[in-house]
Amino acid sequence: MTQAQAPVLVGVEVKAQRKRRPSLGGIPVHLALIAIALIWAVPAIGLLVASFRPAAATNTSGWWTALVPPWDFTLENYQFVLGRAGIDQAFVNSFVITIPATVLVVMIAAFAAYAFAWMDFPGRDILFVVVVGLLVVPLQITLIPVLNLLRDFQPGGVRINGTILAVWLAHTGYGLPFAVYLLRNYFGSLPREVFESAAIDGASQATAFFRLALPMSVPALASLVIFQFLWVWNDLLVALVYLGPVPQNHPLSVVLANLTTSFGGGWQFLTAAAFISMIVPIIVFLSLQRYFVRGITGGAVKG
Amino acid sequence: MLEQLASNRIFSALVVVIAVPIVLIGYILLVEWILRRVSRRVARGARPWLWLAPALAFLGVFLVYPTIATVIRSFLNRRGDAFVGLDNYGWFFSQQDTLIALRNNAFWVVFLPLLVVGLGLLVAVLVDRVRYESTIKSIVFLPLAISFVAASVIWRFMYELDPKVGTLNAIVTGVGGDPVAWLIAQPWNNFFLIIVGVWLLTGFAMVILSAGLKGISVELLEAARVDGANELQVFRRIVLPLLMPTIAVVATTIIIYALKTFDVVYTMTNGNFDTNVIANVMFQQLFNNGQPGRAAAIAVILFAAIVPVMIINIRRFREQEALR
Repeated sequence: MTQAQAPVLVGVEVKAQRKRRPSLGGIPVHLALIAIALIWAVPAIGLLVASFRPAAATNTSGWWTALVPPWDFTLENYQFVLGRAGIDQAFVNSFVITIPATVLVVMIAAFAAYAFAWMDFPGRDILFVVVVGLLVVPLQITLIPVLNLLRDFQPGGVRINGTILAVWLAHTGYGLPFAVYLLRNYFGSLPREVFESAAIDGASQATAFFRLALPMSVPALASLVIFQFLWVWNDLLVALVYLGPVPQNHPLSVVLANLTTSFGGGWQFLTAAAFISMIVPIIVFLSLQRYFVRGITGGAVKG
Repeated sequence: MLEQLASNRIFSALVVVIAVPIVLIGYILLVEWILRRVSRRVARGARPWLWLAPALAFLGVFLVYPTIATVIRSFLNRRGDAFVGLDNYGWFFSQQDTLIALRNNAFWVVFLPLLVVGLGLLVAVLVDRVRYESTIKSIVFLPLAISFVAASVIWRFMYELDPKVGTLNAIVTGVGGDPVAWLIAQPWNNFFLIIVGVWLLTGFAMVILSAGLKGISVELLEAARVDGANELQVFRRIVLPLLMPTIAVVATTIIIYALKTFDVVYTMTNGNFDTNVIANVMFQQLFNNGQPGRAAAIAVILFAAIVPVMIINIRRFREQEALR
């Protein structure tokens, strides 16, 4: 199978073919990079350190002073925030909101992307451009009409408005343009011969999809899952608007946003709460970085 | 009681995660089964649309219908029962507050892409020459994984006025200056908000530009060096032109973000101290002031501003794909 059209230029694969370029004066480069890395990491490190310090310490001395003895670290901020109204519930809610929304988007986008990539029909290209073009639509523009629609539309008396179901459906709809774009690019780059020989062997489109296209597209699917997971987990606006004021349903992002407005000077709790909301995305991101990067670079790089 | 609620929720989520794939796969299998029973021509014509149906349904409900409805709504009055023509649009361009928001968005549109692409390019170029490349990249890239709310907490901590708490003011007073009210001093506070955006988005630019950089053939660069070009010349004359399409794609994506920017402003200043932006004005008009007609007009203005940029973006994408 020819790799002639790898849709993605991944640093790992390319590196194997190139030797190191001559460095441009080692020391300034190293200094600049370390400075940049520090500037980037300091804000987050500051917060992390501060979250482990008692309130009195945070308000009277900078977090950097905690890095030298005497050490005065405590878990009380985390204990307070975790035990307090909502954080543990919100943590569960975040998972409950994010995982189904991710599953829905990936599956629906996969079917559509496959149709765009390997089925011929009139208006295909224009429709694809329209679908991707929908990325333009700012979320805010969709809120009022959809909210009204959900308020008036209650199949069989089942209320959709204000429930997690509404959030799942909304995230699916909003995530589709990007998902279809990503998967269509990847499906399109799969070698034609594979599908042609499958067709000759009498395989149906469904078989080709499930047995060939999907298994070959694991990197793209993985990228999409990560993107969607991170986006839904971190989202504030959609959850805020579609869930309404029912606190038991709120995910971490909403709870955190409410904390920032209500706590004023209580930095110690804000820091701990912020970090709790960051833990899962950071773990997901660090462990699956490779796929994340592949997803971003696919389609945007000439080569 | 709380545990009961939680487990109910988890249960329904599990049901969804298992049932939805089964339903969707079943749908496709059913479609194929039906198509086998009609003539080949009909099947070939109908199949794509049936495969596309779920996606089109979602897009129609959540993106297409609301856009049309909002455009219509922008021409109606507050209660939605009378046609008022361009009144809402006129209102937008006549208010001091909204004009300031426009000005601020202009700041974002100019400086965010400049800084993000500039820094991203710098890091991509430098990091290509060291062995700890992936570590640095991970550090710069990490902010992309966290939520805007968490980022705003991190940066409010940095910008805190009290030099005993705020990192930046500690540095400023440490070298003998007075503490700065970073988020209040106008109009500079806009730039400090933009910096948060830079912190968040540079990793994105860096990753794409780095991949583009590695796609430039080594032989080309070596040949130039052998011919006596120094590094700066190699960069300006060879690397930069070859990288332009990629840079254009990244820049337009960031410009679109700058036009739509909401989260950073909402969570850090909520638009106070003259930092408001269009998306936040829309939010306020809709939810705080109960003015859906005006909110709709703002949304349409935002939409109209983004479309040309998006067209350029898509055109660049397709140019690049044609070259692959």
